[in-house]
Amino acid sequence: MTRISLELGSGGRLMRDFIAGRIVPSFRDPLLGDLGDAAHLPGGIAFTTDSYVVDPLFFPGGDIGRLAVNGTVNDLVVSGAEPRFLSLAFILEEGLEAAVLDRVIASIRSAAKTAGVRIVTGDTKVVRRGQGDKVYINTAGVGRSIGRPRPGKIRRGDKVILTGTLGDHSLAVMLARGDFGLKSNVRSDCAPLLFLLPLWKQGALWMRDVTRGGLATVLVELAERLPYPVLIEEDRIPLSRPVRAASELLGIDPLYMACEGKAVVIAPAAKAGEFLRRLRAHPLGRKAALIGEVQDKVGRPGELLLRTTAGGLRLLEPLTSELLPRIC
Amino acid sequence: MKELRDPKALRRLLADIGELARKTGGGRAPRLMEVCGTHTMALFKSGLTPLLAEAGVEMVSGPGCPVCITPNAIHEAAIAIVTGTEGATLAAFGDMTRVPTRQGSLQTAIPARGSRLKIVYSPEEALDEARRDPARPVVFYGAGFETTIPAIAFTVRQAAAEGLRNFSVLPALWLVPPALRAILEAGDVAVDGFVYPGHVSAVIGVEPYEFVAREHRVPGAIAGFEPGDILLAVRSILEQAVEGMPRVALEYSRAIGRDGNPVARALMDEVFEPYDACWRGLGKIPASGLRFRKEFAGFDAAVRFGLGEITDRDLPGCRCGDVLRGVIRPEGCRLFGKTCLPGSPLGPCMVSYEGACLIHHKYGRASGGRA
Amino acid sequence: MCLAVPAKITRVDESGQGTADYMGSEVKVNLSLVPQAGRGDWVIIHAGFAISVMDAKEAGETLRLFKELAAAQDEGA
Repeated sequence: MTRISLELGSGGRLMRDFIAGRIVPSFRDPLLGDLGDAAHLPGGIAFTTDSYVVDPLFFPGGDIGRLAVNGTVNDLVVSGAEPRFLSLAFILEEGLEAAVLDRVIASIRSAAKTAGVRIVTGDTKVVRRGQGDKVYINTAGVGRSIGRPRPGKIRRGDKVILTGTLGDHSLAVMLARGDFGLKSNVRSDCAPLLFLLPLWKQGALWMRDVTRGGLATVLVELAERLPYPVLIEEDRIPLSRPVRAASELLGIDPLYMACEGKAVVIAPAAKAGEFLRRLRAHPLGRKAALIGEVQDKVGRPGELLLRTTAGGLRLLEPLTSELLPRIC
Repeated sequence: MKELRDPKALRRLLADIGELARKTGGGRAPRLMEVCGTHTMALFKSGLTPLLAEAGVEMVSGPGCPVCITPNAIHEAAIAIVTGTEGATLAAFGDMTRVPTRQGSLQTAIPARGSRLKIVYSPEEALDEARRDPARPVVFYGAGFETTIPAIAFTVRQAAAEGLRNFSVLPALWLVPPALRAILEAGDVAVDGFVYPGHVSAVIGVEPYEFVAREHRVPGAIAGFEPGDILLAVRSILEQAVEGMPRVALEYSRAIGRDGNPVARALMDEVFEPYDACWRGLGKIPASGLRFRKEFAGFDAAVRFGLGEITDRDLPGCRCGDVLRGVIRPEGCRLFGKTCLPGSPLGPCMVSYEGACLIHHKYGRASGGRA
Repeated sequence: MCLAVPAKITRVDESGQGTADYMGSEVKVNLSLVPQAGRGDWVIIHAGFAISVMDAKEAGETLRLFKELAAAQDEGA
């Protein structure tokens, strides 16, 4: 590859291979090689970073500022850390209206308060008009390690829990960006996943937030590391009505649609029921569902399989490129 | 319509299908061709193909996939427009933008200064773009079969009525019945029945397929797109085979009438005329494509942007054509699974979500449909 | 090439445009290809155009058929 294409940023396999093949080898660091959502550093600190480049800046249910806080907070939560501090760096495009920036900042302040994190350091740069898309944000997050993902401890019978409906964020942004003649009341699910933190002490084995690439991409990455296939049930996957409608109309698969406030949790078999109860007790986890398990009756090791509503089986692959509306 | 996805009903139909398949004889499992890419997708998404195989029915994907059968040269023409014209918008359906050509795909092509690629769901969105800025050229990459062609025809006629001189359409318009005729007359494919495309039929009705039963004695059924719809059609086809009475069964009567949509057909006919089109992998098929009539030729992007005559230029070694006709299975292509992979597709059958090769690649790795 | 969904027309303009309800979401639909369709009719929508009007009676028959199939499977099992 000689030039970077837009497809690279879509969060699927292309991006992962690019990072693993082109970036990571240059640094040869065991902490980096893990490619977890956050790195656990000596001294009980967890550290992560993420950049935010969404278009449009504001959409139903959120905006770039809120994303910038919750995205990084959630990376820490699913890595087993209690979020504490964020850095905040802006790259602003010349000509951006100050009032727009004020709105973004207000949103960041509000989101940080809700998430219980403090913004303690930052930076601001301005680039020429045409060289940046209004606002780019990077946040780095620091948290206190309280648990660790332990994929090596996952066993047959352990359960896959999804904390809520899929694809709301993706659809909200898609509709806000390109009017496909579709109006719905969908809202981004952008939210902090702090309510998952107690599950670490309760024995949670692994978590990941379901962002770009969607549920299928996240679970394939897990399945590939396990000695048993993972099987999920299509009719147990919670979907909001707007997402169901849009996915059928536009031909986009909800299994690959991004969320910004949902996670997958692998629970030890004996704990799954209790995890589900705890999650459903929280306003952000009302639709939490047990969607599958690690098993060996169907499939081969390393595979992620979907049992379809019709009773068939489908092998799920990670997203390789941008999700687009279809006519076929 | 969740009843059409009810696993119990589907199991009942699969049991009927299994019994009928055994009765058809012939020494091998009946091979049915689903013509339409959307059916291929529906079978794949519902995991029905392995269940049908267990019931003794083999499904083969046909050429009803605009991504698959549009010659490389037209994809390259679309890329040439967006990379070579400044300040232009190329509007396209998402499906068409990932096809790899010698110039990359529409997705990876870097637009000329001020130009951009816009993914649309409806051709009307392209028309809206043209209205928004009448000084800016808007080209709609109009690809599709009879389901989509009336909509495209409408936008052309509307653009003419409004005097939207900045609007044009790059046509890649294909007709299903001539392709079926070509497949049957080529004779190298053993197809025991056809699952006809339900939404194409919403436009063309039942009659255009009747020659298949009458002249070639091959049964067929027009199907909707829920799992239940497809299984109903398969069952009907096998019943016809067992009875020895091939016909065109209409198994989607809730959505379509026997006569299709005359208004849509008239509109297609007003703007476009048939010609002997070159299909990727299938070659030239008589009266199988549509081109602009003279009165509307001003809206033909191929003319406006001076694109030459379209001939088929495939990537070397690519056997998508043979796969599209059902002559070989994906595994029969030397490139399949080796240099041609989902992450690095060389031909349209591996690119398209409903491409036979992409789907086979996933099934080939799956351990089979033990539900 | 056939991705299309059934939806119920909620509004018709003189210009041939309209809106339909699809599972609670509002879809813009061009009704020029189905001039006979009106508010309350179910249509098949493809690429923002209604290409066909649905037959409620036939839809009912299909649903009935599938309920019977499911019941038959229960009994047979």
